[in-house]
Amino acid sequence: MTPVLEVKNLSTHFMTRRGALKAVDDVSFTVGQREIVGLVGESGSGKSITGFSILGLVDPPGRVVNGQILFNGDDLLKMSPAAMRTIRGKRIAMIFQDPMMTLNPVLSVGTQMIETVQAHDRVSRAEARQRSRDALGLVGIPSPEERLDSYPHQFSGGMRQRVAIAIALLHRPDLIIADEPTTALDVTIQSQILFEIKRLAGEFGMALIWISHDLGVVAALADRIMVMYAGRIVEAGRVDGVLTEPRHPYTSGLLSAVPAAVPRGEPLRPIPGFAPSPLSRPSGCAFRDRCARATDICATEPMLEIAAGREFRCFHPHLWSAA
Amino acid sequence: MTNMLAETMPLVEALNVSRRFSRKLDYAEKIANLFGAGLEEKTVHAVDDVNLAVYPGEVVGLVGESGCGKSTLGRVMAGIMPASGGEVCWKGQPLTSLQGEDKRAMRLSAQMIFQDPMSTLNPRKRVIDLIGEAPKVHGIVKGREMRDYVAALAERVGLDPSYLDRYPHQFSGGQRQRIGIARALAVKPKLLVCDESVAALDVSIQAQILNLFMDLRQEFGLTYLFISHDLGVVKHICDRVVVMYLGRVVESATPDELFDNPKHPYTQALIRELPSVADRRRVFTPIKGEIPSPLHPPPGCHFHPRCPKAFDRCRVERPVLKENAAGHVSACHLNDLAVHQTTNATAEPAI
Repeated sequence: MTPVLEVKNLSTHFMTRRGALKAVDDVSFTVGQREIVGLVGESGSGKSITGFSILGLVDPPGRVVNGQILFNGDDLLKMSPAAMRTIRGKRIAMIFQDPMMTLNPVLSVGTQMIETVQAHDRVSRAEARQRSRDALGLVGIPSPEERLDSYPHQFSGGMRQRVAIAIALLHRPDLIIADEPTTALDVTIQSQILFEIKRLAGEFGMALIWISHDLGVVAALADRIMVMYAGRIVEAGRVDGVLTEPRHPYTSGLLSAVPAAVPRGEPLRPIPGFAPSPLSRPSGCAFRDRCARATDICATEPMLEIAAGREFRCFHPHLWSAA
Repeated sequence: MTNMLAETMPLVEALNVSRRFSRKLDYAEKIANLFGAGLEEKTVHAVDDVNLAVYPGEVVGLVGESGCGKSTLGRVMAGIMPASGGEVCWKGQPLTSLQGEDKRAMRLSAQMIFQDPMSTLNPRKRVIDLIGEAPKVHGIVKGREMRDYVAALAERVGLDPSYLDRYPHQFSGGQRQRIGIARALAVKPKLLVCDESVAALDVSIQAQILNLFMDLRQEFGLTYLFISHDLGVVKHICDRVVVMYLGRVVESATPDELFDNPKHPYTQALIRELPSVADRRRVFTPIKGEIPSPLHPPPGCHFHPRCPKAFDRCRVERPVLKENAAGHVSACHLNDLAVHQTTNATAEPAI
């Protein structure tokens, strides 16, 4: 089965007065059909810019400088803006962290949804309204018919995020890119959204890229996980493998920094130091200044190693016995 | 430990504290009322009749979802916002009765650390003044010695003292939070009220800051009221966890007791929904419904519209906090049923 999305050697740089800021640096990955992929990393690691690059949403001074983004075999980077518009919102949809920023505050939810339907399909307004209402019902919004006439501020945070998901679902896309969609929500509401997303992705056979800084959320949701650090994917693989037997020291560092990793009351084990500034990344492995396993060889670029469905960039990976 | 603490005087205690926010009627509405429109002031009961004692040396965690009143309660207990009902006592003295020097001393002894340091640090001031101004004004340190004093503090919280002449925007989020901590420590406080102080930080930086909090506790004999929505963080560092829902305390216990044996259905749901790396559940069993608006809280138990175990009594009568076990209280009508059942169960074998 061909993958929905194949990203090859993607580099997105921001041209600043102090030089090129390599937000995304030589990133390659694939997303299979019906697959849920979690993209995790700390702030500034380039995970959101990876998502924006796929949809062609990177604004100047940012620019995709290299790579291929194959969506169902077609290179999105070679497409004309007009062709891209037929894909964006129809075949690939995006959900953002803060729906208050993405919904228009002066238009009713129904108007915005009908607009979205009619942007891609030549249907009557009545039919578009019908489809919008069905989508709202699908994501668990009570009395969808009345809610179509409500404005975004009349919804709570969790409900607004449901509206954003409903809009993403309107055209039954092949791929949804969700950028920290539950970060701003409360625990019980986050749980409701995760429940709905998992159900809907399964029901419609959609692939999903879930961008998050929360390993716990990704652990519960994703099939596969990719860990980004300083613009690169440093480790990728099945969720179970990566989280139980991490190969890259950064992944293991992230996992042992959470409070649950140490007995109550004992000091936590943070990764020492700070993430390097994207303008002045060290050569070679960007993590080596913070890494306990680093040696001289880490000053050269670690190649991507692929073994048993796992990928990692490290000269000194953790070894786990087969048993 | 609880017994020992119970004998000492609480450092700060909230006694039936309520905090209401209301919007006064404007002229048009008042005129409309003259014609019998019957408009009323809109009142939010952010904190509704809460009792909470924090003992010296304790770390109390206050958890709940957004809008549950945990921040408001924290502010009221830190003395930066007056209570609209009830009394906050500092070492047994009502805050409202404190005058002059005592009041000033109390104000300095309770300091707050906020979520977003960028909005609490004056962007036009250098770090040295941000940290050093308060101790200088309050006569804790002489102007001449301020730089050394601030440098020592900065070093203690993990800031490079050579950065003292920089401005807040030149620091990362974690470093800014360290500036906020140094500023609070500069006036030698007894109580730190941390309002979501680590919520905006990445996991690794969060661990660094939490470790710093725990070290400072040892070193300066601090007491913490730690407000957070993150049960994982609260479980790790607190001696006691207080769960709030819509302005009321619904449960309070030690972290081990709370996580092993949660009594209130809301606490149970919170713990169940906590995403964890270790527990890769494929099924979510979310509790239904939205958090109700605090403008119109439901009658009876505030949680009853979402509670899977609600029965008739929950809809009319407000449950009171009852002790389930030593140091474990919860406000749920199921407690009465459970007591009923257990007394029956224990009574039968005796006969």
